[in-house]
Amino acid sequence: MGLLEISNLCARVKEGKDILKGVDLVIEEGEVHAIMGKNGSGKSTLCQVLAGREVYEVTQGQVIFNGKDLLKMSPEERAREGMFLGFQYPVEIPGVSTSYFLKAAVNETRKHHGLKELSAVEFLKLIHEKMAMFGMDKSFMNRAINEGFSGGEKKRNEVFQMAVINPLLGLLDETDSGLDIDALKTVAAGVNKIHRSDSKKAILLVTHYQRLLNYIVPDKVHVMIDGRIIKSGGKELALVLEERGYDWVENEVAAK
Amino acid sequence: MPTSTKTIEQMAGQEYKWGWTIDIEADEAPFGLNEEIIRFISHKKAEPEWLLEWRLKAFRHWLTMKEPRWAKATYPAIDYQGIKYYSAPKPKLKSLDEVDPELLKVYEKLGVPVHERAALAGVETEGGTEGETGGGIAVDAVFDSVSVTTTFQKKLADLGIVFCGFSEAVKKHPELVRKYLGTVVPYSDNFFATLNSAVFTDGSFAYIPKGVKCPMELSTYFRINAKNTGQFERTLIVADEGASVSYLEGCTAPRRDENQLHAAVVELVALDGATIKYSTVQNWYPGDPRSGKGGIYNFVTKRGKAFTNSKITWTQVETGSAITWKYPSCILQGDNSVGEFYSVALTHHYQQADTGTKMIHIGKNTRSTIVSKGISAGFGQNTYRGLVKVMPRAENARNYTQCDSLLLGDKCGAHTSPHIEVRNKTGRVEHEASTSKIGEDQLFYCKTRGISLEDAINMIVSGFCKEVFRELPMEFAVEAQKLLGVSLEGSVG
Repeated sequence: MGLLEISNLCARVKEGKDILKGVDLVIEEGEVHAIMGKNGSGKSTLCQVLAGREVYEVTQGQVIFNGKDLLKMSPEERAREGMFLGFQYPVEIPGVSTSYFLKAAVNETRKHHGLKELSAVEFLKLIHEKMAMFGMDKSFMNRAINEGFSGGEKKRNEVFQMAVINPLLGLLDETDSGLDIDALKTVAAGVNKIHRSDSKKAILLVTHYQRLLNYIVPDKVHVMIDGRIIKSGGKELALVLEERGYDWVENEVAAK
Repeated sequence: MPTSTKTIEQMAGQEYKWGWTIDIEADEAPFGLNEEIIRFISHKKAEPEWLLEWRLKAFRHWLTMKEPRWAKATYPAIDYQGIKYYSAPKPKLKSLDEVDPELLKVYEKLGVPVHERAALAGVETEGGTEGETGGGIAVDAVFDSVSVTTTFQKKLADLGIVFCGFSEAVKKHPELVRKYLGTVVPYSDNFFATLNSAVFTDGSFAYIPKGVKCPMELSTYFRINAKNTGQFERTLIVADEGASVSYLEGCTAPRRDENQLHAAVVELVALDGATIKYSTVQNWYPGDPRSGKGGIYNFVTKRGKAFTNSKITWTQVETGSAITWKYPSCILQGDNSVGEFYSVALTHHYQQADTGTKMIHIGKNTRSTIVSKGISAGFGQNTYRGLVKVMPRAENARNYTQCDSLLLGDKCGAHTSPHIEVRNKTGRVEHEASTSKIGEDQLFYCKTRGISLEDAINMIVSGFCKEVFRELPMEFAVEAQKLLGVSLEGSVG
């Protein structure tokens, strides 16, 4: 049984136009998937719908996450069940320190699973370990979430949060955009490390470019056009796309 | 953003938790205001002639004044003849058994800790029992118009500190009251302060002698219980040379359909080298969350005079009242004196707040800091109004003002009206302001990390208010944070 099973998922902006028009996707435990596609094809919407954003409504279809009906859960329940969304545009929350925020996040999930909440000392230990992994400065924890961060810092912060929260499935929405090559390598190494820490953990990458996939090698690559996954393949599909563009896929599918 | 509006509209509105009333026999004045009523009040309190004269002088002046309407608040005309100006619960008793069980219930409902309640309910505590309370807070409870009781009086008296109800102070320390009353807020000051001067019924009085650091927080707890009564308390705090004191006030009122007027005056006198820290957590009944009906009109004059090398700090957390109209101010009279104002004002549903401060720099090297945080939700309207004035002789005066507004939803409002007057070219005045909105995107971000909506809002609002909460005494900071949480409960889907 897959960790995430999406069947015929259709969604639209509330009272607005349809964006997802029947997405089918199965991610098995331990797999890394990449969804590629043009702007406006519905990639980010898929991530947001999976995370439970209220601006969208699901009109059809089903999503099973780790054996449970995902669409019945609130966004925070989805998070506590082990789904993590790394945002394309992370939000700034002035006045709320990163450490306070992350401690609340970690402990909510622990409570949900009947585990004892981490004490301040235990949490600090965890956080220092993860900060070392991403080469982060100590001052970072006292800064307000994403406030005054550069684009690259924000993206790195998303993956850092994922490392701390330790989800089953990480949805990373264009985490590579805005990163220079060194930052990209650090972030990719972090993602790989999280992925390998547990044989169950899976990753879904959303990206425009093949570049990221040199560092995080996917098991499967999907092409999304107009709210549907129209082609899937192995990691080599990303290279073909890079070379021939998305129009090639569209034409190929149309020809069938 | 339509969704955020929608979720925010779902602010179902936590019911006001302190809206109950209790049947307690009260000794009341008839409706209305005239010289007879003032004589009645003065007589009830067995006041000396000079105080009655002072009241009458204020009343005659009040008759010549017009109610100010410049505050950014809308409300129907107040009928000053439709108010009862005096209401007193049954007289103080000597043992716990004699205490009106209804009054005991009041304190129970207010959640005043049990051991402290014995003292609060009017039982004269002996030294031994005081030791058990050990909470380090002396409480003066003002119920409707009179001070019900003051705890820890004996312990404080050993240090020469006077802390008691205002009427008691008039009896026991008339020379102190007479020396300082009206020296900071004169009887002719403004419409509401003048009204207060004429009809004030009780309040708290504190005097800290030279060089004494008050070892515990002094606290006054105000409650309006009776119907149709106004509450006009008067508080006077004097810190003599080199003395220091931290003072807290808290207030609640029952839920009623009519508006009730609360026109208090607080005067602080910080003599040379003294420090006064005055903290308020104001939670008067804000009116019906759905219709906006009822609630307290909180029209208060608070001002402190700071002499050489002294310091006055106002910290306020204003979450209640239908309308709040107050400007705790500092007259920085002495050289090197310091004035501070830290404020969180929250308006939810139909509440309106017009609040801020005045910092009047008269002495040389005077410094002032203003940090104002306004939070608006529902249909709430929040205005910061402030004045920073540097007088010609105030060499090297410094002011820093920070004025931030946080909006929840798109039907509320935040307004700022800062006034700056600098008459000495060595003065330096800085003003920073910001307006932000809790967005649906911020809340969603928190939720995707497993944090619930209520926790997310509390986290964001607390973060926003951090600089002010930091200034509150610790127990109060925790209370204030909870109160904000409750006041905003249901504020977002």
